[in-house]
Formats: sequence, C-alpha cells, structure tokens
Amino acid sequence: MIQRTRGLAASMSNTARKVWSLYYDGFREMTVGKTLWVIILLKVFIFFVVMKLLFFPNILQRDFDSDEDRAEHVRNELLKNTP
Amino acid sequence: MDDLMTVVDWSRWQFALTAIYHWLFVPLTLGLSLIVAIMESLYLKTKSEKWLAATKFWMTLFGINFAIGVATGIILEFEFGTNWSNYSWFVGDIFGAPLAIEGIVAFFMESTFVAVMFFGWGKVSPRFHLAATWLTWLGASISALWILVANAWMQYPTGMEFDPAQMRNVMDNFWELFSGVAVNKYLHAVFSGWALAGVFVVGVSAWFFYKNRNVPFAVRSTKVGAWVGLAGLLLTMYTGDGSAVEVTKHQPMKLAAMEGLYNGSTGQGLVGIGIVNPAKKWDNNEKEYLFDIEIPYGLSILAKHDPNAFVPGIADIINGIDVNENGDTINTVGYAERIKLGKLSHEALRAYDLARTSHDTAAMEAAEKELRKYYPYFGYGYFDSVDEAIPPVGVTFYSFRVMVILGSYFLLFFMVALFAVYKKDWLQRQKWMQWAAMVSVPLIWICSEAGWVVAEVGRQPWTVQDLLPTKAAISEISSASVITTFWLFAIIFTVLLVAEVSIMLRQISKKSKNNLEIDNAH
Repeated sequence: MIQRTRGLAASMSNTARKVWSLYYDGFREMTVGKTLWVIILLKVFIFFVVMKLLFFPNILQRDFDSDEDRAEHVRNELLKNTP
Repeated sequence: MDDLMTVVDWSRWQFALTAIYHWLFVPLTLGLSLIVAIMESLYLKTKSEKWLAATKFWMTLFGINFAIGVATGIILEFEFGTNWSNYSWFVGDIFGAPLAIEGIVAFFMESTFVAVMFFGWGKVSPRFHLAATWLTWLGASISALWILVANAWMQYPTGMEFDPAQMRNVMDNFWELFSGVAVNKYLHAVFSGWALAGVFVVGVSAWFFYKNRNVPFAVRSTKVGAWVGLAGLLLTMYTGDGSAVEVTKHQPMKLAAMEGLYNGSTGQGLVGIGIVNPAKKWDNNEKEYLFDIEIPYGLSILAKHDPNAFVPGIADIINGIDVNENGDTINTVGYAERIKLGKLSHEALRAYDLARTSHDTAAMEAAEKELRKYYPYFGYGYFDSVDEAIPPVGVTFYSFRVMVILGSYFLLFFMVALFAVYKKDWLQRQKWMQWAAMVSVPLIWICSEAGWVVAEVGRQPWTVQDLLPTKAAISEISSASVITTFWLFAIIFTVLLVAEVSIMLRQISKKSKNNLEIDNAH
C-alpha cells in the first residue's frame, strides 16, 4: 500500500515536472512569441487596470448592495420615461 | 442625465467599434485553427516534412492572430456593465449562463491546448500534439457557440419568463436557447470563419508565388486553404439561407430593411443591385429605389422557399397586413396597436410595483396577469411613433448587398483558385491572378463584417427584440465618459491591428526567404 502510494506520488511529481518543463522551455525558446507576450501583457494591463478600473465600473454592482435594490433601480429606470 | 440620445448613440458606436475590431481576429482563429489541424493530420499520415513545414508556418500566423486578438472580447462585457446596465439586468441569467460556460469551459480548453500546440513539439507524442491542435480548434468553435447563442437570444428571445419582482427574464428552458435562429447564426458565423481563413491562406500563398519563393509549399497551402474555404463558403451560403428563413419568421422588419422593401407582394423579386431612395418613408408615395436590377421571385424564394409567397414590406408590417399561404390577406398586430399594448404593459408593471410596496398580494397577482398578457409588446411602449421602430434602411440594404456580392465573388475565387492550382499552374505563372488573390484578403474581412452590420443594424432599435429598445437599455452615465472611452478604444484597437498586420507581414517575409522545408527538416 505504502509502495503504491509512493509510486503514485512519484508519477504525479514526474507529470508535474513535465508540464513545468513544457511551459518553461516553451517560454524560454520563444522568438516572435516574446513580442506577442509583451503585447498581451500590455493589453491586459490597459484593459483590466486602466479601462476597467477607471472607466468601466459595473454600475449596478457598485451602486447597490442587494439584488432587490438593483431590481428596484432597473424598475424605476425602465418606467421613468413612460406615460 | 445628458441628452439621452447622445449617450445612446455614442454607446452604440462604441459597442459597434469594439465588436467590429473583435471580429477581425475571431474568424481567422476559427478557420486557421482548422487548416492547421488538417495540415498536421496530413503530416502525421504521410510523415512528410513538407506538411510539417506547412503546419508550423501557418501555426505561427495563427499564434500571432490568437495573441493579438485574445481578450479583445472582454471589452464588450465591460460595456454591458457600464453603458448597458439596464439591459444587463433585464436579460438576467439568460445572457449570464452562456457567457459563464464560455469563460470556464472554452477559454481554459483553448488556452491549455494552445500551449501544447506551440510548446509541445518534441515534448509530447505526435498523436497527442495532433489531438491538442484539434482540441484548440474545437475549443475556439465552442467558445463562439456560447457568444452566438446569447446573441441569437437577443434577436429571438425564447426559453424564459419575465419576473416583475426581480425585473429580469428568468430562464425556464435552457434547450430553447438553441433555437433555429441560434443554430443557423452559429453555423453561419463559424463556416464564414473557414471561408475567411481559406482566402487568407490562398492570398498569402499568392505572395509566395509572386516572389517565386517556396513555391511547392505555396501550392500545398493553396490546395488546403481553397478546399477548406470552398467548403466553408458553401456551408455559409446554406446556413445563410436558413438564417433568412428565420429572420422572415421572427424579424420581418429586418428582412424588409435588408431589401429596402416598403410594400410587399406575392412573387416578390430581390434587388440584385440598387440605390435606395433616401426620400422614401413608409407613409409616402415616393418610389423605393432610384435604380434597381431585380431578380424575379428572388425574395419570396429566399424568405419562404416559395416563389409565389407574399413577403411583407415595412408599410405592411406597420399596418399589420400579411398574406397567408392560401393567398388570403390576414391581419397581424400593427405597430400603432403594439405601441398601445406596450404602454399597457408598462401600466401593469407600475401597478405591480405599487401593489408590491403596499404588500397587496391580490393586486400584485392581478397586475402580473395583466403584465404577462401584454409583455410580448413591452418594448413598443417606449415609442411615441411607429417611425422609431424602423431600422436604418440604407445601411442594412447596402451591407446586405456587400455581403452577398462579395460572398458570390469568393465562390468564384475558390473555384478558380482550385482549378488554377491543380490544372493550369496559373497561380504560379499569372501575376494578375496572384494580385487578385492578395487583394481579396481584405475583401473577405469586409464581407464578414458586412454580415454583422446586417444582423445588428437591421435589428435596430432593439437590444432585445420587441422587449427592450436601446434607449431603455442604456445606463445613466455621462456622454463625455462614453466619448472619451470610444476614442481610447479606437486608438488601442488600431494599434493592435497595426501590430498584428506588421508582425504577420514581417514573419511571412522572413520565413519566405528561407527554404521552409529544408529548415524544418533540420
């Protein structure tokens, strides 16, 4: 039983090492990929940090505490310009 | 609040801008992943280094497109929460469920297998690598499924019930989300991605012919690209026909706008080429077109698969007139009546709200019953005039023709490309043909985007068909903020596009100077 558990742990560790090496070597050996990663990271930073935080709040999440309040707000909004 | 229509219009422009830019990347991902998977399968089958070279070359271009395009769609979700918060709440879990599934399943599936695809050469077995490539294609296609199901629901809301207490549409049948509208829309979009990638591969290969570099590689690539493109285009046409039938059933006003048709008839022709008359209104006697060349019975066949069927025009729909399959004139609910019923549904909602605040359960039930009766016309209650319910006819009409005419051109394009590459060596020798193939690359994007313009402009003024017009869906925000972010996005996305095109061109040029097959063998 102990031997089997050890075998399983060794096999899992081996798999984890292989997955790590796949990503590590992959990133290290990239050529055009490096430029692309710079673009991806810059883009994600602009989208999620600059745009999302400064310009795109989720209005209903930000301004109301409960779903009831949100429903109330939307009800008022949808009925405000109607006769 | 700022002038309502300023905020609505700028928010619409912003959404259109971000969606159009996002769609520059998506169809190439959908189609090129398939082409790469086919090439890798051929490599595994033949064990030929030539196919391995082709696989790796197109995989690089796929990677560039994937990297630049990734996360551009998230902006649309930001806009839902900020600009369109009433809409986001109103659609409830109908929209949330598909997008959540998309985020969890497809995104992780794609990102995992993309890593194996790019980093796994020599690290995993060839069969496992091939499986990862196919699963990348599958992941991208599944990802598109959920987005398009959500979009289709906005065009044909079904499988839900409106709950006035929650002020949301609550899903009561998940499977109804996969309506005919959704299935056709999804397949139409995915197959159009195959066609787009096919043109891209043939166009880039034509540049290799033009420079007389790696010609055998270009021949092989052209063959795969043109076959995938042709299959994609034929299937796009087939599902486009299905979409036209669904639009006729569920969005007849959109169909009438696509055709610039005001007064329908039996055996209705389809305008092949034409200029709509800007002075034409639904209630005047101006002629519909300044110039037109008509295909007899075309619209009746397209809309109802029956050359003698009646297709209603804008005025007919507004007046509530249709003709059934027996040729009898029948009355539908006209738009003036819909506006009246829509306002009654608002009154019922207001009565429900009053009863709710005074805890009068009996009055709540009565008001809810009344609301359910008129709910199918809820959105019409926001209009003061029937004119507000008509989509922009000119943009819809011309976009439809751009899509169809370019689509027909590409059918010819693929057939000629296959004939030229298999039989005549024309692509290898004829400069004009190489130029035509290269110039066609931007045209396929115009064709694809035009399709979306038809779908989205043609359904105006609705965010959710018949239930929520854009002017009710908008948040209470300042127009200055929307205008600022519009220009920020315009700059960011343009920079991304320029980056994509320049990196791709640099890679194509760099790789073309080497002998791809020899390089790859070593």
